[in-house]
Amino acid sequence: MKQKKAKKYGMVIDLDKCTGCGSCMVACMAENNVPFRKDESNKVLSITWMRVYKLTNGKPFPNTDICYLPRPCMHCEGQHEGHSPCVSVCPAIATDYSSETGVVSQIYTRCFGCRYCMASCPYHARYFNWWDPVWPDGMEKYLSPNVSPRMRGVVEKCSFCFHRYQLAKEKAFMEGRRELKEDEYQTACTQACPAGAITFGDLNNPNHAVHRMVKPDPKHHGRPTHPNAFRLLERLGTNPKVYYISSRDWVRRAGDNYLEHEAELKQTVHHG
Amino acid sequence: MDSALIPKGVKRCPFPQFILFIAIVGAVLLWGVYAMLLCWFKGLNQTNMNDFYGFALWIWADLAVIAVGGGAFFTGLLRYIFGKDELKNIINYAVLIGFICYSSALLILAIDIGQPLRGWFIFWHANVHSMLTEVAFCLSCYFGVLTIEYIPLILENRQINKVPFFHHLGHNMHEIMAVFAATGAFLSFFHQGSLGGVAGVLYGRPFAYREGLFIWPWTFFLFTWSAAACGPCFTILITKITETVTRKKLVKDNAIELLAKISGWMILTYSIAKTADTWHWATVTVPSLGQTLMDFYSNNPFYGIWILILEIAICGFIPAFILITQKGRKNSAALWIAVFLAVTGVCINRWVMVLQIMAIPVLTFENWVMYLPSWQEVATTILPVAYGVILVAFSYRYLPVFPNEPELNPIETLPPEKEKAVEPSVELEKELKPAEA
Repeated sequence: MKQKKAKKYGMVIDLDKCTGCGSCMVACMAENNVPFRKDESNKVLSITWMRVYKLTNGKPFPNTDICYLPRPCMHCEGQHEGHSPCVSVCPAIATDYSSETGVVSQIYTRCFGCRYCMASCPYHARYFNWWDPVWPDGMEKYLSPNVSPRMRGVVEKCSFCFHRYQLAKEKAFMEGRRELKEDEYQTACTQACPAGAITFGDLNNPNHAVHRMVKPDPKHHGRPTHPNAFRLLERLGTNPKVYYISSRDWVRRAGDNYLEHEAELKQTVHHG
Repeated sequence: MDSALIPKGVKRCPFPQFILFIAIVGAVLLWGVYAMLLCWFKGLNQTNMNDFYGFALWIWADLAVIAVGGGAFFTGLLRYIFGKDELKNIINYAVLIGFICYSSALLILAIDIGQPLRGWFIFWHANVHSMLTEVAFCLSCYFGVLTIEYIPLILENRQINKVPFFHHLGHNMHEIMAVFAATGAFLSFFHQGSLGGVAGVLYGRPFAYREGLFIWPWTFFLFTWSAAACGPCFTILITKITETVTRKKLVKDNAIELLAKISGWMILTYSIAKTADTWHWATVTVPSLGQTLMDFYSNNPFYGIWILILEIAICGFIPAFILITQKGRKNSAALWIAVFLAVTGVCINRWVMVLQIMAIPVLTFENWVMYLPSWQEVATTILPVAYGVILVAFSYRYLPVFPNEPELNPIETLPPEKEKAVEPSVELEKELKPAEA
């Protein structure tokens, strides 16, 4: 059978639409059995696969502007396939890059908790289980049977709801299909967003909305060609698969580090 | 009480005094063991690490003890491969210090990982592209080499040496020690380097990231170089401390001075290389990523540019200039200052390459995050120090660690009847020579 082009699942988040309601965070936690503690006030210990940041332009009233920025795992591809900052450093191959889907996985039963991947991730998208998960009485009945809860001492992160991909593939296989339709595999956060700010799909497929929205440039590691689209820390060469859209200059500029005199130029990409 | 175990021709403190010392240090050790058990049974929530500080005090301690433990491989290299014969009088102690440092590093790693029972995964499911895998393999192998280098010294204990098998085993091991010294140097080059590579390959962290040669970032070479340069200073420092505590001269000046001289030149060349690396990183790498040098040294309560000056200028060039001059090496106070500064410098470098990396925000909308270790982290970091002191104390008391000691500290002849009482019963004893592990 003729091999189809590999998928590259990715996400586009329209920051002009995001209201910062946090539905994506809640949906993600419920979908993926993300553990929590009674006191979650210390945010450097909270596990939030999807985290919404609040950005401000730093200007005084009445010019103050804010922006909410949801940040899942970026599922970086690196400068060559699989050279994600985290995948390349994991000593036990407990995190892996799928050349079939572009998803960066985390194998909880393989991870021995060295946390090198956390040190390597500039997005702080990886979290360590400092405690064993403890669910409030009765809540274990609400856990998703499709996602294994994690034990103390291992790292976890957003999986782009990979179990949904597996379920969709199984369904398609039973129906005698090889290919998934765009709406068959969608992440929980995408579906939960009431503002429709999150779009998910195959970046390699020109018919998918994500491709049309950012128009990734394959010659430059998928860098967006849409003028309002950007990726976080583009200059580092991590080559993320999560794109952001904003019509506001200061928001796009907040996506990366720039020297004072530098304009926000996409041509300045270091590793390109 | 334990006089039959003490090497001939040397004097040791009374046994009760020795036991009291061991008990005091042992109490500290037990405190560390308690904290270690807390971490193992309750998990790493006993620490103050968090999702910004995946690496913290322990990884620094790991890198630091391995760096200062570099004295073992470099002294071994000089003694056995480059034939610097004067160093035979300090090589035993260098090996012992190295053994303590490396066993400590392995212990700390065993506490540091979230799932200690899965520690073997690093060998079984090895990712050959990961610098940490290289560290694990070379570290473990080199620890094996250090154990092999330490064993002949143990076999030279007066009572063990009476057993013909152990006597011959020790003798034969001495004969082939050059092979192990060469193996140790080879392994050390790689694991010291890969520890530098651990930080240098982090291309998502501009403070750590370095370009390099093929797959090796410049930090790979700088870490090996600094360990070879500053490791011998740690050997000298510990030797000087031991001499102060025992109130004896234990190693001849020529051995110390030669090691200090070589170390001095190594520190000087390292400091020049480190300066060049920092310069290139600050003027080329960092601006290309949209940042400036001062982004990494401002807007936080602790990490100022002072730490860079302290590391390279004060703890790099100053000890180097002291040690490369004969006047500096021969002046006891200057030598003390120089070796102390050199050891401090390499420890600061390891701190910066672990803790400061974690502290610095990369996303423009995040802030610096500071960290203070918990008492459990401090106790488990002091634990190897206590263990090291105890092992040094036992080795010093019962093994001929310092071949020059009887010569440098002659003791009065015992009355004839007492001398008879400690007369060796086996002929082999008469063949005993100071150790040259």
